[in-house]
Amino acid sequence: MSSTRAPLIGQPVERKEDYRFVTGTGQYTDDIVLPRQTYAAFVRSPHAHAHLRSLDVAAARGAPGVLALYTGKDLTSVGGVPCGWLIHSIDGTPMKEPKHPILAEDKVRHVGDPIALVVAESAREAKAAAALVEVEYDVLPAVVNPATAAASSTSVHDIAPDNICFTWAVGDKAATDTAFARAAHVTRLSLINNRLIPNALEPRAANAHYSPASDSYTLYVTSQNPHVERLLMAAFVLGIPEHKLRVVAPDVGGGFGSKIYLYAEEAALVWASRRVGRPIKWTAERSESFLTDAHGRDHVTTAELALDADGKFLALRVDTIANMGAYLSTFAPCIPTILHATLLAGQYTTPHIHCQVRAVFTNTAPVDAYRGAGRPEATYLLERIVERAARELAIDPPELRRRNFIRKFPYATPVGLTYDTGDYEATLDRVLELADVRGFPARKAESERRGLRRGIGYSCYIEACGIAPSSIAGALGARAGLFEAGEVRVHPTGKVTVFTGSHSHGQGHETTFAQVVADKFGLPLEDVEIEHGDTAKVLFGMGTYGSRSLAVGGSAIVKAADKILAKGCRIAAHLLEASDEDIEFRDGAFRVKGTDRSKSFAEIALAAYVPHHYPIEQLEPGLNENAFYDPPNFTFPAGSYVCEVEVDPDTGAARVDRFTACDDFGNVVNPMIVEGQVHGGLAQGIGQALLEGCRYDEESGQLLTGSLLDYTLPRADDLPNFLVQTVKGTPCKHNPLGVKGCGEAGAIGSPPAVINALLDALAPYGVRDLEMPATPLRIWQAIEAVRGKR
Amino acid sequence: MSLQIRLRVNNNAVTADVSPDTLLVTFLREHQHLTGTHVGCDTASCGACTVLVDGIAVKSCNILLAQVQGCEITTIEGITPADGSLHPMQAAFKACHGLQCGFCTPGMIMSAIDLVTHHEHSSEAEIRAGLQGNLCRCTGYHNIVRAVMQAAPIMGGAKS
Repeated sequence: MSSTRAPLIGQPVERKEDYRFVTGTGQYTDDIVLPRQTYAAFVRSPHAHAHLRSLDVAAARGAPGVLALYTGKDLTSVGGVPCGWLIHSIDGTPMKEPKHPILAEDKVRHVGDPIALVVAESAREAKAAAALVEVEYDVLPAVVNPATAAASSTSVHDIAPDNICFTWAVGDKAATDTAFARAAHVTRLSLINNRLIPNALEPRAANAHYSPASDSYTLYVTSQNPHVERLLMAAFVLGIPEHKLRVVAPDVGGGFGSKIYLYAEEAALVWASRRVGRPIKWTAERSESFLTDAHGRDHVTTAELALDADGKFLALRVDTIANMGAYLSTFAPCIPTILHATLLAGQYTTPHIHCQVRAVFTNTAPVDAYRGAGRPEATYLLERIVERAARELAIDPPELRRRNFIRKFPYATPVGLTYDTGDYEATLDRVLELADVRGFPARKAESERRGLRRGIGYSCYIEACGIAPSSIAGALGARAGLFEAGEVRVHPTGKVTVFTGSHSHGQGHETTFAQVVADKFGLPLEDVEIEHGDTAKVLFGMGTYGSRSLAVGGSAIVKAADKILAKGCRIAAHLLEASDEDIEFRDGAFRVKGTDRSKSFAEIALAAYVPHHYPIEQLEPGLNENAFYDPPNFTFPAGSYVCEVEVDPDTGAARVDRFTACDDFGNVVNPMIVEGQVHGGLAQGIGQALLEGCRYDEESGQLLTGSLLDYTLPRADDLPNFLVQTVKGTPCKHNPLGVKGCGEAGAIGSPPAVINALLDALAPYGVRDLEMPATPLRIWQAIEAVRGKR
Repeated sequence: MSLQIRLRVNNNAVTADVSPDTLLVTFLREHQHLTGTHVGCDTASCGACTVLVDGIAVKSCNILLAQVQGCEITTIEGITPADGSLHPMQAAFKACHGLQCGFCTPGMIMSAIDLVTHHEHSSEAEIRAGLQGNLCRCTGYHNIVRAVMQAAPIMGGAKS
């Protein structure tokens, strides 16, 4: 660290990437136009479930501007979209893994399933031609509802006649049942975790190009993890040698999980680009995004919590049905299992937990990770049932939680995780103070004077970030590694370029990672540049998801930077005529311990590239290091949230009036960015609780919420100002930065806080339950239903 | 059939021969290569395409080029000073962390400029209502609202 300046780590440094974004000079995939560009459109199924009887493409082929048209028959030699996670059922059998064709072969399985690809001189001509493709369908009954999918007489896939993909469980069932038998009190809860449509503001897009000169492909794509995309496409779909496919994810306009996956459209474009001989671009219309982006959540759950007479949790029993949609998306089987059931201990010492998960196929878009991915589902059921138990036992909800907090670390849960560190009391104490819970009765009285009902709700969440290590993930079914790669390249002038396998699509890595490296070398921030998102530049990467980038990707960079410093010490020892052990790197310079002799970082960099006086016998020239970092464990951020709502009982209109979040993310590199991540997560969580809900028609399987006019994203006037604070928390013990991850916390912790607050507000009416999204209609109906019974 | 349209884009006179159904956003992105204006939806719901037409914020995906005959169009590129500095609204978005992925940002900034230009002393609630036509999926709007409140007096000061 330089003596001339304070550390950058911990400072709310303005983002390096912002100039290009606020000036409109970012480059997103759709902004890229290649020489001789052509455009694609997809013919999509209007039916949820149908056999393809015939396809007549003659008129479309002959339409103006059309260059090529392909159907499933043209792609039979190509692999399907692969699934990256294998789950085994309780009986030991592997999950049912039906083929997911790039273009439909004999059957379509959800509205929007692609049937044909049209390539034309312009996007308009491609779309016009797509409308000319005549398809005859034998329409089949559709299965939509996960709760009844297994009992349906309709099968989405022949290899899963009962629509069950797998039935999986975790925990000791016998011990859990025994604990229930001796419980003083059992609280029960049935709930639906509502299906969500991610809606990153930039629609998915791809631009694929084949160069005969180099016999290689380039794909520009809206991806959160370009290397994973390349690996899956090369090895499993197209059989292109990996070194002949370059994947570039340029500026990406938000992901939230939905851009992790390999999508059929992207593979189709790469495949077709060689045949057409010109680059092909496709940009989804928002309607296509609604129909074909992987959706999130969609769990149907029953849960039971056993307590003793003092309110100590004895056992938790959970049964969940998880909707996989029509095909298995890249990480779909992992979400309701490894990322959901293993989180069910939450912040509590519950000694026995058993969770069974049945995953089912339906005639809906695939469901996969969406911001939080399994952890919001676990947190929602846990924090709802805990608050219901508190109400049933007339214990103050924070007090009931406190009685059950884990206080000794490391702590091994009964569902497979070991928490390294945490202090749940600290975040709860702080949030109660910040939220001015003591002032709640006065605010409630004031609301009532205006004819409104005010309620307060709590949520104490735990998150598991940076899924790891690879060996354990592999044993649990991962078909990929879960490390991250980084490269630190010091230039002869002492300036630094860092290459990371993480991908930033809003998270601010170009700033945060630069803060870390600048501090490491004692450099000004502007001397460090972060590169990401291009498989031709970055050595390898697993990408950005699961709040892993700083904890895993940042750690890889720190490892590489440490190698730079170690090599720098040896170069300095030679130049300063000292022994290696006598050199230390301190305050931006390599120094002979206990003397005033030193060499600056830039002098050592220059010596490495101009090795006139250099230990050439012992050391290679150059100053460039790679590192791969495979974490020994997840990280475990945690926090406590308090929500206050105001409800108009005459209309059912509800408004979040105050939302207070207190999080422990371990060490924080850039508090401004961290707070921004929490704000965004809260908005999506409050959106889930009050506004957002994906609906398919139960009979026809049509998507009823297929546009931004039908699916309600939170707007500026739907949300309050947030009060967000991080505590000086418990740094992660097993990564070099002591960081935990903050990207998903807000979306995980907030939905139960909102619903608990609504139920508190509506308790005087006898309302005990509300489904998400708690729209004015649902709230009004809940009030009226209880009134009607009286 | 094509139409001849004359208009001004970011202070430059432009003449275009276009098909009559050309949208303003298509013209800006594909003919003028001004890709700072984004398209995020197909129902005029998201506001990522917002530009100023004679100083009024307009969703450029929802208006034909033919409708802006003779108008002055200002895009995000048009408010950016050439010397590498920023318009006060751009600077405030950066200073307040009012953006993350950046996709909604140009449209959000153009809407915010219209809002502040015509309602200089807006309250927080009025700013939230005024930005209702622009979706952001990243920030939860908290820092966008702060940015607009920060930029308003600076823009007002610059005017007077």
